[in-house]
Amino acid sequence: MASFWEYANPLKFMRTTDWLLPIVAIAAVVVTSIGLIWGFFFTPDDFRQGSTVKIVFIHVPAAMMAINAWVMMLVASLIWLIRRHHVSALAAKAAAPVGLVMTLIGLITGAVWGQPMWGTWWAWDPRLTSFLILFLFYLGYIALWSAIDDPDTGADLTAVLCLVGSVFAVLSRYAAIFWNQGLHQGASLSVAPGTRMDWAYKAPLYISMTGFGLIFLALVLAGTRTEIRARRMKALVTRERMA
Amino acid sequence: MIALLMRDLRLAFRAGGGFGLGLAFFLILAVLVPLGIGPEPQTLARIAPGILWVGALLACLLSLDRIFALDFEDGSLDLLATAPVPLEGAVSMKALAHWLTTGLPLVLISPVLGLLLFLPGEAYLWLIVSLALGTPALSVIGTFGAALTVGLKRGGLLLSLLVLPLYIPTLVFGAEVVSRGAMGLAVDTPLALLAGITAGAVAILPFASAHVLRINLR
Repeated sequence: MASFWEYANPLKFMRTTDWLLPIVAIAAVVVTSIGLIWGFFFTPDDFRQGSTVKIVFIHVPAAMMAINAWVMMLVASLIWLIRRHHVSALAAKAAAPVGLVMTLIGLITGAVWGQPMWGTWWAWDPRLTSFLILFLFYLGYIALWSAIDDPDTGADLTAVLCLVGSVFAVLSRYAAIFWNQGLHQGASLSVAPGTRMDWAYKAPLYISMTGFGLIFLALVLAGTRTEIRARRMKALVTRERMA
Repeated sequence: MIALLMRDLRLAFRAGGGFGLGLAFFLILAVLVPLGIGPEPQTLARIAPGILWVGALLACLLSLDRIFALDFEDGSLDLLATAPVPLEGAVSMKALAHWLTTGLPLVLISPVLGLLLFLPGEAYLWLIVSLALGTPALSVIGTFGAALTVGLKRGGLLLSLLVLPLYIPTLVFGAEVVSRGAMGLAVDTPLALLAGITAGAVAILPFASAHVLRINLR
């Protein structure tokens, strides 16, 4: 069994993703399409929310991936700080813009749904506030990456920022809950008793979530490959100048 | 380390600029807000706790880039990094110096500004207590941000983008203490949480700041 750490070698990583990326990308398109089409056209309207309930098939997967992307960045940053694998740092860099866009999708779809349902585009609800704060953290992380020229210094600094930021992001989440009790309903999918979502909705939602996960994976792989190529190009240019 | 602290304090007091600026900014903010909102005492009293906390936070932010920038330019930061004193200690002293020159004056002047904003009488004690407890966290978190951006040419704007999200929990709990105090409610829960954030930040963040500084000096 090949070890996971083999992919710390950029060559090995490129060779594997060469064939893996198209498969993941196609799977992402297919699965997401199935989930969304099923969700939009083949589910009944909710008896209270009407057809607006169908936005859940974008909103919940995007919100989930927004958080998962940050967790993935956290793990990748730790791997970079501890084992110094460049691919890991580049993967964290590639994940940030995807996470940022997922956060934005979550916020926008939430606003679009909230307007007819709650009668307002925005409310200072703990969940909404936490997401806005998460958005700010993504912005800061990306801004720091783009401000630093030296790639290794950039990777180190952003990794530490990601660690410290994670702690404060969690603190902010609890601060927001403490600060204001909100409008937002509880978790859409929960194992807790008393919270039910019918399978008619749950099945396409799960498919859609898988699809969003695959989209994220495909984009991160593509982004990491771009970063590796950019590094190689830089190395070639430097070598050319030296010669 | 004491010598380092005294040096930073002397520089802050004598070299001009840094010391009074934060205070002046805090004062201007407390003047601008009523001008923008209107002079009704009820409205001002209602928003005073939040305005005072946000003002203190922004005043802290103003002077952050001075923590390391001058020492970085003239090379004394490299000397500090190779000195027998651990860099973590030096960073803590820098943060302490920043608090003594920015945070502490803000705490002391805040009751006067509370007067300008018609802060209810019961809230003054909690305003001072919460600022005294919370501003050290602002200094320590800010020192981390300053260490992250020390090598950058135009780090100022980036610094605020990085530091302000980190300030959110401190602000929430700090302002909550004052507004609960103003309404005569029990303040111990937010106060304990605020103290917890400060204690945690003071204990752990200097290590992160020192690590980041070493990376930047490499």
